[in-house]
Amino acid sequence: MSKREGNGCARKRKTESAQKTEECVNKSSPVIEAFKMFQQELDTKHDKYERLVKLSRDITIESKRTIFLLHRVTSVPNVEEVLNEADARLDTVRQKIGHISEELGEEDLYQFHKAFMSGIQEYVEAVSFHHFIRHRTLISLEEINACLVFMRDEKMETKVCGRGMWPGACVLTFQVTPTDYLLGVADLTGELMRMCISSVGNGDVDTPFELSNFLRQIHDGFSYIGNVGPYEVSKKLHTLRQSLSKVEDACYTLRVRGSEIPKHMLADVFSNRAAVLEEDD
Amino acid sequence: MSVTEMFSYIQGFLTADQDIREDIRKVVQTLEQTAREVLTILQSVHQPSGFKDIPSKCLKARELFCTVQTQIGELKTKFPVEQYYRFHEHWRFVLQRLTFLAAFVVYLESESLVTREEVAKILGIEVDREKGFHLDLEDYLAGILIMASELSRLAVNSVTAGDYGRPLRISDFINKLDSGFRLLNLKNDPLRKRYDGLKYDVKKIEEVVYDLSIRGLAKEQEAGGDK
Repeated sequence: MSKREGNGCARKRKTESAQKTEECVNKSSPVIEAFKMFQQELDTKHDKYERLVKLSRDITIESKRTIFLLHRVTSVPNVEEVLNEADARLDTVRQKIGHISEELGEEDLYQFHKAFMSGIQEYVEAVSFHHFIRHRTLISLEEINACLVFMRDEKMETKVCGRGMWPGACVLTFQVTPTDYLLGVADLTGELMRMCISSVGNGDVDTPFELSNFLRQIHDGFSYIGNVGPYEVSKKLHTLRQSLSKVEDACYTLRVRGSEIPKHMLADVFSNRAAVLEEDD
Repeated sequence: MSVTEMFSYIQGFLTADQDIREDIRKVVQTLEQTAREVLTILQSVHQPSGFKDIPSKCLKARELFCTVQTQIGELKTKFPVEQYYRFHEHWRFVLQRLTFLAAFVVYLESESLVTREEVAKILGIEVDREKGFHLDLEDYLAGILIMASELSRLAVNSVTAGDYGRPLRISDFINKLDSGFRLLNLKNDPLRKRYDGLKYDVKKIEEVVYDLSIRGLAKEQEAGGDK
């Protein structure tokens, strides 16, 4: 006790730090022992978090590239080829999501949710865009989740997608939360708007109407949810309105001008209009 | 599944989610109320008169912790146990306060640092996530840090009340705590922010100890205490 007091009265930094190292050396202290355990626990958790963030980044990048690739469907003759290529890319993304669920294991999904949220939303955007181009419908949450079933063995190579579960094998699933799904779909509308404008630019007069119909349905859906949803949803709703009005304007122009201008000249009219619209953005 | 169906499914999910949050909020409010009551009891140790019967204050606080236990028991029933972190932010604050209060009681009783297991026991919860409603490590550490600033206040007030020995013991304790926290690699999160405040508590207590030492007050007390 008296030794401590001697240290306590010296206010100089040096002695203070010396005193602290002395205490660190003193390993028998139960407090230090406890904090060593805490250090380990926290480090493990932080490491896991970082690994998840990295995976999420990779997923985001790859999904964005897939979306870019999918935008080419408006200008290439062979749509199926592009779609298949996108599918292959999405498969690699799904593998990464498999790594996430492997990383999470028994952990609480929501504890690390922030780490991979953005990646998952981007994936939802890509996969729903892909689905729309192929089937012209909105992919459902179950359909997305059904593709996120993985086998734990053989380093995630064997993915069972729509093939049911194998008995005995260790199955890992990843569940996209409804909120992530919702936000991903909200992002999808931006892509649809771009697709609409570019397809008009290519002289395709049917797709814009189809798209505006679809967008309107989604918009109605979002309005139905309103502010029950999380805060981000209401923010996205604003952007969604803008996208919708752009698409509706495009359809309007097509209807009005379409009857006057010969089809082969429409592309010129629209490439000007599209430029104006993009500037508004 | 049509777009409308999909959205009404999501709407259903969101409404259910909101209902759960509403329920949780109600229970957490009662918990906060109890926590305030415990705090009021413990606050009186800062008054000169309160110094004399710290044990009885602790006893009273311990009694209130029984109420806390039943309230947390109620909270547990409000949501599926595996979704702890989904609603974590609702009770994070109050759980930190309760950890602080439990740690403070234990310090006043035995002048030692409460372990995580002890806190969990006092609050009637678990330590491991697997076993149910548990005490998150970061919440425990945050609670300990709140106690550190409370102790620096106690050091000042105990001098006012004429207890010159206590600041020395608090200084010893806080220094141990500080070197413990130094071992942790904290990220740039709320816990780290709170930890940054610890050095001011340490400094404050060292100043008190210094004041006592140059006046020979500490030695006097200690000499008396040792014999």
